Amino acid sequence: MAQEQNDVLTIAGVQFSSRLFVGTGKFASPEIMAQALEASGTALVTAALRRVDISDPSDSLLSAIDTERYRLMPNTSGARDAAEAVRLAKLAKAATGNNWIKLEVTPEPNHLLPDPVETLEAARILVKEGFVVLPYINADPVLARHLEDVGCATVMPLAAPIGTGRGLKTRDQLGIIIEQANIPVVVDAGIGLPSHASEAMELGADAVLVNTAIAIAEDPLAMAKAFKLGVRAGRMAYLAGPAGESHRASASSPLTGFLEETA
Amino acid sequence: MSTFSDHVSADLPRQMAEKMASVDEGAVLRVLASSRIKPEDAPVLFSPPARKYLEQLAQKSRRLTLERFGRAVTLYAPIYLSSACTNQCSYCGFAAHRDIERIKLSPEQAMQQAEILFEQGLRHWLLLTGEAPSVYGMDDICKVARLLRPKAASLSVEIFPTDLAGYKNLARAGVDGLVIYQETYDRDLYARIHEAGPKRNFDFRMSAIEHGGQAGFRTLGIGALLGLAHAPVEACMMAAHGAYLQKRFPQARLAISFPRLRPVPGGTPVLHPVSDADLTQLIVGMRLMFPDAELVMSTREPAPLRDRLIPLGITRMSAGSRTTPGGYGHADDAEKGQFVTEDQRSVFEVASAIRAAGYDVVYKDFDPALVVDSDML
Repeated sequence: MAQEQNDVLTIAGVQFSSRLFVGTGKFASPEIMAQALEASGTALVTAALRRVDISDPSDSLLSAIDTERYRLMPNTSGARDAAEAVRLAKLAKAATGNNWIKLEVTPEPNHLLPDPVETLEAARILVKEGFVVLPYINADPVLARHLEDVGCATVMPLAAPIGTGRGLKTRDQLGIIIEQANIPVVVDAGIGLPSHASEAMELGADAVLVNTAIAIAEDPLAMAKAFKLGVRAGRMAYLAGPAGESHRASASSPLTGFLEETA
Repeated sequence: MSTFSDHVSADLPRQMAEKMASVDEGAVLRVLASSRIKPEDAPVLFSPPARKYLEQLAQKSRRLTLERFGRAVTLYAPIYLSSACTNQCSYCGFAAHRDIERIKLSPEQAMQQAEILFEQGLRHWLLLTGEAPSVYGMDDICKVARLLRPKAASLSVEIFPTDLAGYKNLARAGVDGLVIYQETYDRDLYARIHEAGPKRNFDFRMSAIEHGGQAGFRTLGIGALLGLAHAPVEACMMAAHGAYLQKRFPQARLAISFPRLRPVPGGTPVLHPVSDADLTQLIVGMRLMFPDAELVMSTREPAPLRDRLIPLGITRMSAGSRTTPGGYGHADDAEKGQFVTEDQRSVFEVASAIRAAGYDVVYKDFDPALVVDSDML
């Protein structure tokens, strides 16, 4: 347990007590969203700049997010290219002083798959301008490397297309990204169940981001709590050092047994 | 470059109707069981045998809408800029031959209208005009757009069709969405009800939305005026149109509207009645084929029906609408509008009804920074 207590996630010098990040869209009301955030135990929430009036503290969605408790990370959802994402990010920073940005560049509105070329370009610009950039990407290990090289604070690869709740469809690539990364890896999008979140954490992800699965559950509060537990369980399992398939009992007739026979 | 109207022969609606007539229950069950319903499935979804499965279709539509849009409905409001019109459309209250007072708003008057909506919380605005470019043209609309842009979350137009250059001007003025109803996909009927004026050109009207797509609008809205032709066939044509636009302009979000004809005095009556159940089947069928499309419902429809359709797939609704230029801010003169609205509740009342249905009311779901530089804001 001591290991878990000392296990703190740090992004760009900021420590987080929870490895579950939560999105604020798709909830039935700002009140239910606020309750779900609390139930999830999260410490980092994201909100779409296109959904809020970032310069207006009385905005119904923004005012429901207790920024004393949660770090708010605006996102550029809706941006189709680097220029649009950069414009949104700068506007948010100018209005609030907040320089954390979840970078989302999705050229088409149907699958909302991130554009690797434009995302890298926007990341390069925003890092230079002093932003803490957390880019949403496809599970592409090569792109993840590039983003780390330009100075991103994390990479946020998707598990499956956003909103689909299909689980870790990109599991093999996620494994490579995690293995290679020197910055935290946050699995974002496609996580539909706490067991998916657990699986991502067991794989070694540093955190997961969940939105739709909580927001549209019949009972968002209970689901938020379930995700909190799922993420913790997966992290504990990862820290505990899973036995893994390679530790299974060896075959009764080892292939190399002949070496001893001749000795 | 071919356009969708190249694919719409005068005979196509009849072929579509034949296809629909051959649908049996087995085909409906196969579509219901499939994990990815496609626009080609339209004749099955809108067929009479599918009616028996309306509840299952609605359940599926609800789940899909929740997954893609969450528990949220975005509100918008029309701003009528001008009722001047040179077209003679037999169903329209603004038709050229009608003896009505023609009103056009100055940019300042339009801004006053927008400010009234802003006070009510509304930020998604749809600018409308008749077709009389010499009286109220593209320059007038661009002026209004530039003036309103900084206050609007989203600015769309539903105006006369124009060419690529015209749409590019609108886009530069900050307009982000384009709506053009074809009214009917039946060429013969179209020719009969559009008695005079430039709107008689079926092909120009239909290709205009593609010019809009080329100009880079974020939302492309289509619709047929339901009640003119056989609605299930029109819906099949809309599905084909939507599929074409999605494929050709993947960067734009498709929006589909379901306006039911509300006859004006002396105008075209409803030729093919569309019941509430018919309309419901069209909405849920469209959602199943287009999971990410905005499905739009205006105040043409009565309040109780609008409220019940929310969970089934509607994602955008107008509220507190006035269909006369300058109509906001004084006593209701609904009779003078383009059509008489049914849902005459206030924005506050509509918002309360949406919340009562378990959905959040979204006033802002777009940001001007996405389409214009900060020096314009």
